[in-house]
Amino acid sequence: MRLVFEKRKTRSRKAIFLVPLVSFFISLVLTAILLTIFKSNPLITYAAMFQGAFGSWPNFTETLVKAIPLMLTGLGVLIAFRLKFWNIGAEGQLTYGGIAAAWVALFWSPFLPPWMVLPTAIIIGMLAGALWAGIPAFLKVRLNVDEVLTTLMLNYVAILFAEHLYYGPWRDPKGFGFPGTPSFPEFAWLPRIAGRAHMGLIFALVLALLAWFFLNRTRWGFELEVIGNNPSAAQSQGIKIAKNIMIGLLIAGALSGLAGVCEVTGISRRLQQGLSIGYGYTAIIVAWLAQLNPIAAIFVAVLIAALLVGGDQVQMMMGLPAAMGLVLQGMLLFPMLAGSLFTEYKIRFIKQTKIANASTEQLAS
Amino acid sequence: MSSDSHPSAKRLTINAYSERGLLGFVGNQIRDMQPPILEMKGITKRFPNVVANDQVDLELHSGEVLALLGENGAGKSSLMNILAGLYRADEGEIFIRGKQADINSPRDAMRLGIGMVHQNFMLVGPMTVAENIILGMSDLSFIPDMGAVSNRIRELSERYSLKVDPESYIWHLSVGEQQRVEILKLIYRGAEILILDEPTAVLTPQESKDLNAVIHQMTSEGKSAIFITHKMDEVIAFSDWVRVLNKGRLVTVKKTRETNPQELARLMVGRDVLFRLEKKPRVPGNPVLELQNVQAIDDKGLPALRGISVHICSGEILGIAGVAGNGQEQLVEVLTGLRNTTGGKILIFGEETSNKTPLEIINCGVSCIPADRIARGIAGDMSVASNLAMKCYRKPPLVKKGVLHPSRILDLARRMIDMFRIDTPTPQTHAKFLSGGNIQKIILAREIDACRGLLIAAYPSRGLDVGATEFVRNQMIEQAEAGTAILLISEDLEELVTVADRIAVLFEGRFIGILPSDEADIERLGLMMAGVKQNNSDLNYAPSL
Repeated sequence: MRLVFEKRKTRSRKAIFLVPLVSFFISLVLTAILLTIFKSNPLITYAAMFQGAFGSWPNFTETLVKAIPLMLTGLGVLIAFRLKFWNIGAEGQLTYGGIAAAWVALFWSPFLPPWMVLPTAIIIGMLAGALWAGIPAFLKVRLNVDEVLTTLMLNYVAILFAEHLYYGPWRDPKGFGFPGTPSFPEFAWLPRIAGRAHMGLIFALVLALLAWFFLNRTRWGFELEVIGNNPSAAQSQGIKIAKNIMIGLLIAGALSGLAGVCEVTGISRRLQQGLSIGYGYTAIIVAWLAQLNPIAAIFVAVLIAALLVGGDQVQMMMGLPAAMGLVLQGMLLFPMLAGSLFTEYKIRFIKQTKIANASTEQLAS
Repeated sequence: MSSDSHPSAKRLTINAYSERGLLGFVGNQIRDMQPPILEMKGITKRFPNVVANDQVDLELHSGEVLALLGENGAGKSSLMNILAGLYRADEGEIFIRGKQADINSPRDAMRLGIGMVHQNFMLVGPMTVAENIILGMSDLSFIPDMGAVSNRIRELSERYSLKVDPESYIWHLSVGEQQRVEILKLIYRGAEILILDEPTAVLTPQESKDLNAVIHQMTSEGKSAIFITHKMDEVIAFSDWVRVLNKGRLVTVKKTRETNPQELARLMVGRDVLFRLEKKPRVPGNPVLELQNVQAIDDKGLPALRGISVHICSGEILGIAGVAGNGQEQLVEVLTGLRNTTGGKILIFGEETSNKTPLEIINCGVSCIPADRIARGIAGDMSVASNLAMKCYRKPPLVKKGVLHPSRILDLARRMIDMFRIDTPTPQTHAKFLSGGNIQKIILAREIDACRGLLIAAYPSRGLDVGATEFVRNQMIEQAEAGTAILLISEDLEELVTVADRIAVLFEGRFIGILPSDEADIERLGLMMAGVKQNNSDLNYAPSL
């Protein structure tokens, strides 16, 4: 008997739906094995995680707090990935957005009427994120520089620049040495809607719908899809590749920049250490698990955020490492990637064919 | 070129025979007695929708050079890939030195002394020649003695005059040098049978001559070689025997000395016409496309088009014949805006379009069926409907203020699927799940539908079965009758003679001649493709080697 993968006649819709669900289940089983090794009952642990993430209104709002930046950066990464532009730089774009928003909130107040400070911070923050994504995009289309390297390296530039600012020139003189800027004036705070969950949630939901519409229903989205699928065919059909990559990445950067704006104006209300806890990298997982679908990205972001919050809970309640949430998150990706094979292939068992009798070793001279 | 160069080319082969001593008569006697070093019997290889090899036999004796001649898609490469262990035959047997062999991998093939130089070299750019040569060898010590390896390479390269420095890096080397490395790699590993897949396609004439000398040095030591080609002059210059394949079948076996280019050309293309198409007399209208001394360079910076002038009128089909690599690719690219010209003028409907963008040229009413349909023609991970809409999505009614109208796209797709009889489960199926013929129909449907004046078709029936081929040809004729000007590039001379009104033969970036198709016969075209100028009825054979 031999196992062969046979190409399907068409992409299986059932598989597209089932693969994420089954993968989630498999990842739960795999992590359960690990938990058992840690002498912890998996069922109780999962229950505690669920409890921690969704068990009460305050817990749920904390999950949303973490989900918002994941939604926004997830959307940014997803748009770039649709173009096969491997944007690993959402972290830096987010940080840059945060820096720019802090700049506006801290230093522009004397020149602007108070009601304009927050909108200006949002716009400038988005522009800064766009700029940070635009640099690698420009290098890619002009000089064919590998975007994986440039986007990744620019993350460090942005993060270290932020550090320089809150440790150095922008540091709060009354902060008792705490690495952070002074608190923003109150009119620059992003309104909260539930617990610490802020307006950013509304932005993310509206933008996800818009992204879905633009990617799936417009001429521009169609062009992005062709470029991502086959740039040579796109070129032959007269689609302007360089221009579309630039536009796509500016938008992607702006979305991640907005995530940064929301974090500093909605949560910490100052630029401080720990602006991002790796949202920009986790966004890659969000985009991938959502199969580059903006609507799915919203739900995946909530799920991943639940794993983060739930992980913190099991640490506090059961003494397990909080990284357990991250382990589950990592475990989630493997079966998913392996499973995507089944959308295009099916397994078939065939009988081994008779192998010709003469062995090659005998003939070797 | 004059006829003077003919004897010298011939002399190479004659010398090769005489070098092997008094082989002539005695050689034939020995040949019949000794078992062949390689024998392939009844090899059949099927791919989805196409039979690549159909009961093909092959025989090779020690010290011989065999030429496999055939058009693209005739099954030469797949036959050799079976021998080299890359494919497995569905039927048939292989005997090496009289013993049946089971070749499952390139490693098995190498163990049996069979090595192949592929058309695209399999070398690792950032590594040295010596490293590449020993790469993947099984009997290496953990830390190979590179000094000894280099010395051995020097010794071999001396003996076969394959000049290469073992310590230089692959990416420093020219294509010709890289090919020498490939050959050295095989000799180093003890190959007795060398397979060369279109070895001269990438070489300059001088390099080709050198390669010829190398092959003869090897055969004089008892090694043998098979080389794949579709160039007549190489068969004459290189080989002892020639086997001609056509559409997967073995057509004939000839001693090279006992045949001539004319005969081979005819055999390669296939003597009989398969189907006659209904070609009504068309009255050509106004010129649609005019080329005035167009020049262009290829990716390596070498001249690819050396001054092409021609015009096509509406309702006319101009066929372009020629062996691949004589400028066809670049011609299509300059016409569609993918490559800049270095001189001359391209006019479409009287408007200069040289060096305009692809979109501007599409807006002039130009459609193009690309030569490489998977690489340029479709987006495999998008639906059939999206692929069909890929040209007209810019215009209403499919789009309104930038917003697409999915149901109208679907309607359009359904109509095209019906009209062109595209066999797809649904319009939403991803294009890559379709067969080659149906993918070609998608492209054809899209390009013909969007065409407003000029259709450029590069090898539109390549790799298609008889039915699909006929369909494609009929579509082109219908389009011409409707007033479209068509530029048809093909290697299938029969296609050109039956479909085109005039045939231009492209050779080394120039038109060597333009004939009305009713004056063109396959033999005459075959000779022109090989670079033989036509002076009335005087057929001078001037090989380019």
